[in-house]
Amino acid sequence: MKAAIVVFPGSNRERDAVAALEAVSGTKPHLVWHRDTELPKVDLIVVPGGFSYGDYLRSGAMAAHSPIMREVKARADQGVRVLGVCNGFQIITEAGLLPGALMRNGALKFVCRVQHLRVENTDSPFTKKYAKGQIVRFPVAHGDGNYWTDAETVKRLDGEGQVAFRYVSDEARSDPRGNPNGSVSDIAGIFNAKRTVLGLMPHPEDAVEALHGNTDGKPMFEGLVEALS
Amino acid sequence: MSAEATKAQERPVSAELAKEFGLSAEEYQNALDILGRTPTFTELGIISVMWSEHCSYKSSKVWLKTLPTTGPQVICGPGENAGVVDIGDGDAVIFKMESHNHPSYIEPYQGAATGVGGILRDVFTMGARPIANMNALRFGSPDHPKTRHLVSGVVAGIGGYGNCVGVPTVGGETNFHPAYNGNILVNAMTVGVAKTDKIFYSAAAGIGNPVVYVGSKTGRDGIHGATMASAEFTEDSEEKRPTVQVGDPFTEKLLIEACLELMETDAIVAIQDMGAAGLTSSSVEMAGKGGLGIELTLDTLPMREQAMTPYEIMLSESQERMLIILKPGREEVAKAIFDKWELDFAVIGHLTDTGNLVIKMYGETWCDMPIAPVSNAAPEYNRPWEPTPKASDLDESVFDGYSESLGDTLTKLFGCPDLASKRWIWEQYDSLVGGDTRFMSGQADAAVVRVPGQTKAVAITTDCTPRYCLADPVEGGKQAVAEAWRNLSAVGALPLAITDNMNFGNPEKPRIMGQFVGAVQGIGEACKALDFPVVSGNVSLYNETNGEAILPTPAIGGVGIMPDAMIAVGIAFRGEGDVILAVGETKGHIGQSIFLREILGREEGAPPPVDLAAERRNGDFVRGLIRDGLVVSSHDVADGGLIVTIAEMAMAGGIGAYLTGFDGQHVRVLFGEDQGRYVLAVRPDVAATVQEKAKAVGVPVSVLGETRGTALSGRGGDIVSLKRLREANEGWLPTYMAAEL
Repeated sequence: MKAAIVVFPGSNRERDAVAALEAVSGTKPHLVWHRDTELPKVDLIVVPGGFSYGDYLRSGAMAAHSPIMREVKARADQGVRVLGVCNGFQIITEAGLLPGALMRNGALKFVCRVQHLRVENTDSPFTKKYAKGQIVRFPVAHGDGNYWTDAETVKRLDGEGQVAFRYVSDEARSDPRGNPNGSVSDIAGIFNAKRTVLGLMPHPEDAVEALHGNTDGKPMFEGLVEALS
Repeated sequence: MSAEATKAQERPVSAELAKEFGLSAEEYQNALDILGRTPTFTELGIISVMWSEHCSYKSSKVWLKTLPTTGPQVICGPGENAGVVDIGDGDAVIFKMESHNHPSYIEPYQGAATGVGGILRDVFTMGARPIANMNALRFGSPDHPKTRHLVSGVVAGIGGYGNCVGVPTVGGETNFHPAYNGNILVNAMTVGVAKTDKIFYSAAAGIGNPVVYVGSKTGRDGIHGATMASAEFTEDSEEKRPTVQVGDPFTEKLLIEACLELMETDAIVAIQDMGAAGLTSSSVEMAGKGGLGIELTLDTLPMREQAMTPYEIMLSESQERMLIILKPGREEVAKAIFDKWELDFAVIGHLTDTGNLVIKMYGETWCDMPIAPVSNAAPEYNRPWEPTPKASDLDESVFDGYSESLGDTLTKLFGCPDLASKRWIWEQYDSLVGGDTRFMSGQADAAVVRVPGQTKAVAITTDCTPRYCLADPVEGGKQAVAEAWRNLSAVGALPLAITDNMNFGNPEKPRIMGQFVGAVQGIGEACKALDFPVVSGNVSLYNETNGEAILPTPAIGGVGIMPDAMIAVGIAFRGEGDVILAVGETKGHIGQSIFLREILGREEGAPPPVDLAAERRNGDFVRGLIRDGLVVSSHDVADGGLIVTIAEMAMAGGIGAYLTGFDGQHVRVLFGEDQGRYVLAVRPDVAATVQEKAKAVGVPVSVLGETRGTALSGRGGDIVSLKRLREANEGWLPTYMAAEL
């Protein structure tokens, strides 16, 4: 699997993504600078976490208009897999690859903790190595992760199998401590209609080795390698 | 703007103006003598910040010189932007802790944020990629009307900056005490790693070499910030809000990447960040260390505001700026890098052989004075000081009337502000970015962060027990160093060196100066005994409001190393049936303990003495056990004594403890805060081996019980459930922060 990671001024989890991809795939991903207008030929594009452009206008809003994003959108249209994590989720949502919006956390505070999630759909290269309904732990670290879309769209996302992950409490119940940011319907990550694009707030790339305390994120990268090699 | 308009804004230089700028009459006379004439307005401004307490260390220098600063592991001690220590394989760890107390009280968000930004720059300016941030915070009484607002703003500011730059904030400490009502303490620490052959220093060299300005534009923020930090607060201090700088972590992130990219080339001669006193201190220090002169022409300097005067530019403390001396002809290489990162880049001058600082703008010269005489003449005072009277120890009568159940006492202690969980704070910090965090503090006695791309890891801790320092500054200073050393040993790391952040009141008062002198003596003794030298530090004096001083708070940041991050041991109990051992001697010292203050309502007595030989022996023993893979959980004994330590380990792991070692013991054995102790959990099959090893090296070890169930229990049944303790422990801070004023 060949992968590219798009780096914006203010990206700060690109190194985590490089380490995770390299550990699982054995191949170093390409780092692509935001002002580049061309992407190498790759099977996977990762838009990493961070604070692109300082998140000064609105999280992800400026990066979504960066030259490289036109190319990312074109590749996504051709079916190239795109993974947006945290700020990357905000950027690809602002760019129109996914429906909805990410607002300031409900408690108005940044939140960093290990979060329990339920895998909602395993029919994608991102989630194929998980079991449906499996509870996994990924860290979250964000200030603007409050996913919002209207009730009708939530219904459609659920109906079409586009909800990838939901926040759950430690006891696998949906409760306020489970949902760290107030997201509608506890949504932590969603696919596009073809399930070739995944955006999620939690960080699978920070849960891939013993040092991280758990390796629940590893199957995501293993699934991608298996599907795209 | 023109020369004429600038002159129209300048005020006539006189003894009165000098006083307003913070110079004493003698100091002003000294300036007249050195120059042989009246300084210009710009020169007076420059001299006043150079000679401020904040920049000159005039009250503290004479004592700081007594601290041990060398050792085989030390590559660079105090005097540079940060300390540099060898961690093997051609790698170095670079670190420092610095205060941002005064600005954080006036404007908590920006004060704390720019504190983090400033300490990050001190570290990456030496060539290190920052890998971890820590912070040590002291707030006033929770009942004080400003405390909630200050906690909220400071925490948001630290998170807002650290999270954005992508450096994990992995731990620290937070205390509350009424002595900080008018002066909170915000001490921030950064740890970075570099290659030993790629470390950058600040001494300028090469006459004619270009002087380059990079980073953010200069505005009028922070003018005379260093002077503000060199005086006591009064009621009208909030009027000083305009002297607090505003941080831009996004620009800092770009600056880190651009500087590290430039450092990959061989273009740099010297580099320094513009911190306190901005362009003045960076240009004067760089030229001064190189024994050269420097000539700056400010017309091309990137400015954020219109019509700035040379005085304003030289004294501005605008953030995210660096000064670089380049090798000749490397301007284009450097500029291309800063263009890529969309940062300002301007050649603003060159080095000269005159030894003078020359400032030109609008076609005129505003400053032309010799650097060495002005730097060397920075005042150095041996201020009068009084030793702190020794407190006598407490007799048995302090326990009269104490009859509460152990479960109730523990519940109360875990809900008190100092012992309550600080989850509300640390969940606002990104502690994981980088993917190298093994433990954040709280999970272990020290934070453990892997060196990127390697297996080895650095361990980091910050420590100080101000109530001990108030009662006995010498023992308190010793204790702060010993506890840092102990916390590093408790995770299995070899302690290497410390940074000290000395927070005290007004040094012109002999009682306060005596606290400072005592703490330095204690720190020095402990550093010598533990081979734990001071490699960097910062002094913050005048932490007083309306004559009320803070508790003496010499915060110690300690750094250690271990060959593999995965050998580190945390505090949590990890399975039932493990044997719980106490390492070190327990006498039951109750003076100045948390139990005495929170349960018996008294803040008295002498603090626990520190036996540095026992400290070293016990710590070496524990570290050895961890390195041999014999330890499951490890926690040093600090606030609250043995029983609180065990309860913390139990809560962290969700596994209780069945305790037999306290049967028939006095309550002081449970809660006493004797130093040099650890609680370990070991597998039952190695418990005898551990005890034999201890005996062989003369380390006292006793069995306290075993891990079991979901409560603290003993022969008499349950003492208290972990659920009840956790509710008390987790509940206090969120409830407090959610309440109305």
